[in-house]
Amino acid sequence: MKRPRILIVDDSSVMRKIVERSLHQAGLEIGDVVEAGNGVEALAAVKEAPFDLILSDINMPAMDGLEFLRQLATVESGKGTPVIMVTTEGSESRVVEALSIGAKGYIRKPFTADQIKERVSPLLEVLR
Amino acid sequence: MNPALDSKVQNTVRADSNWNTLLEVSAKEVFQIMLHNELKNLPNADELNVSGDVTAMVGLAGALCGVMTIRCESHTAERIAGRMLGSVGAVSPNDVPDAIAEVCNMVAGNFKAKISSLAENCMLSVPTVIRGNDYEMVTVGDGEHIRVGFSYDSAPIWFCLAIHS
Repeated sequence: MKRPRILIVDDSSVMRKIVERSLHQAGLEIGDVVEAGNGVEALAAVKEAPFDLILSDINMPAMDGLEFLRQLATVESGKGTPVIMVTTEGSESRVVEALSIGAKGYIRKPFTADQIKERVSPLLEVLR
Repeated sequence: MNPALDSKVQNTVRADSNWNTLLEVSAKEVFQIMLHNELKNLPNADELNVSGDVTAMVGLAGALCGVMTIRCESHTAERIAGRMLGSVGAVSPNDVPDAIAEVCNMVAGNFKAKISSLAENCMLSVPTVIRGNDYEMVTVGDGEHIRVGFSYDSAPIWFCLAIHS
């Protein structure tokens, strides 16, 4: 089986590395991991080649995670790609907004590898 | 009175006497979860001056307006970055401000999530990092100031919340 291709979107390069490391620590079998620093870069990456899963921050410069979600739905190679928001944003209304425009889940920073596994595993299972 | 302004005034959250403890807990949780390290309380923290040549700050706006800052020496910031990234050797110089900014962001987010009246009505800015010692932070107006000092790897690290009135 092909290993899932994952896009990690966060304006912090340290956080992108931590998310990737957590995916490995959680024992998840993942394939290529591509990083993007904001929604604009993430959309460009999606247009280049589709992903099996996207983990995205909400608060980012240039294009935030919510706008990225909206735009993703209009891109052919992005439609239907599951997105999990990984963010410090504790506002329930922003979480509800993210879920209403297509996010499949939500992880609040700080997070553990187990929390990543709990959210990501079911979405990767569907791909099997 | 303008109803929008009225509702804004009514929704303003005032600092509470337990915010010091909440800031302390918020910082400790972030270090425990993301760095697998304990922050130890700094003895005589009240008598010491906040110092350090690396400062990360995150703005808060909405029901609470202010700035959350973390300040420490650069070698402490380097250790924090290394620990976050799981690095054994030296970390990339670019990763140090990024890591300390992200810690500040998480502490601010964790702190506001613990106060129900803030969780929904307070936004965080993207973080900023300042390098250098020679500056003074002044809170405009009659703002309040909350600060907690810890020892991380035997060096002080400060978490401050400056609240604008």
